[in-house]
Amino acid sequence: MTTEEKYVAAAYLVVFAVLLLYVVIMAAKVTRLGRDVAELTELAREKKRSEEPAKAVPKQVKVG
Amino acid sequence: MSTWLRNNPVTALAVLTAALLTASIALIFFYAPVDADGLNQKIFYFHVPIALTSYACFGWGALKAFMHLWKRTPTADLESYVAIHQGVIFGALTLVTGSIWAKVRWGTWWTWSDEQLVLFLVLFLFYCAYFMLRFSVDPGPQRANLCAVYALFGVVLIPISFLAIRLANSYIHPTVFRSSGPAMATSQFATFCVAWAAMLSLAYFLYRFELAGKRLDANLKELRELLA
Repeated sequence: MTTEEKYVAAAYLVVFAVLLLYVVIMAAKVTRLGRDVAELTELAREKKRSEEPAKAVPKQVKVG
Repeated sequence: MSTWLRNNPVTALAVLTAALLTASIALIFFYAPVDADGLNQKIFYFHVPIALTSYACFGWGALKAFMHLWKRTPTADLESYVAIHQGVIFGALTLVTGSIWAKVRWGTWWTWSDEQLVLFLVLFLFYCAYFMLRFSVDPGPQRANLCAVYALFGVVLIPISFLAIRLANSYIHPTVFRSSGPAMATSQFATFCVAWAAMLSLAYFLYRFELAGKRLDANLKELRELLA
């Protein structure tokens, strides 16, 4: 491989390396967003569970 | 097919970008001839489209900033920020690929005597400072207005940077596009056009991808506050 060929390869490799780095950063962000969604889903489920027993309490009926 | 495209525009854009990048690489190394300058001329097919794409990103960011100031479009501030972020990434790639090409062609990584190089560096640093401004002010309407005004000031540097080579006295940096037309063979110009289309497509894909991530992040923050 000549020096000129090495420089041309380096120029193209730099572009693809930066592109790859960007994709890796975005993939890490998508993973974090996925964790956040799972956490919020669990929070919403807990909130629903805590509201359900309150709704399930029967009304007191006066007899007599 | 058209319904799928409407429902998955970012995926479709990713497929188009991959196809264009593959086509441009094939054209650069198997179709475009090696001219008198030697193999190092192949860097031109990525270096110039990347530089033009960074100008386009900065211009798009400025347009969105203008939309924010003029029409108060609610999404314009975020769109302007993401476009400038893309512009800075492509600007950094322009400087790196340009330096590598300069080392082969001129025997030096950088020269301060060339107006085109220095003005592009000034433009790049100007937009790098945009992030310092953005992250030093609390989020809100004031930050959006300040950033929009700054982005609009920067756009003035684009025509100056682009025309510098034509106005400059030194001719170290080659001028390929002249008023008489492109100074290259038809096959080289066709390859250049495909490479430029690939870079524009790549920039637009990354713009839409990052924007989708930022919007999702904002929606999740709001949802967290609502559930708390």
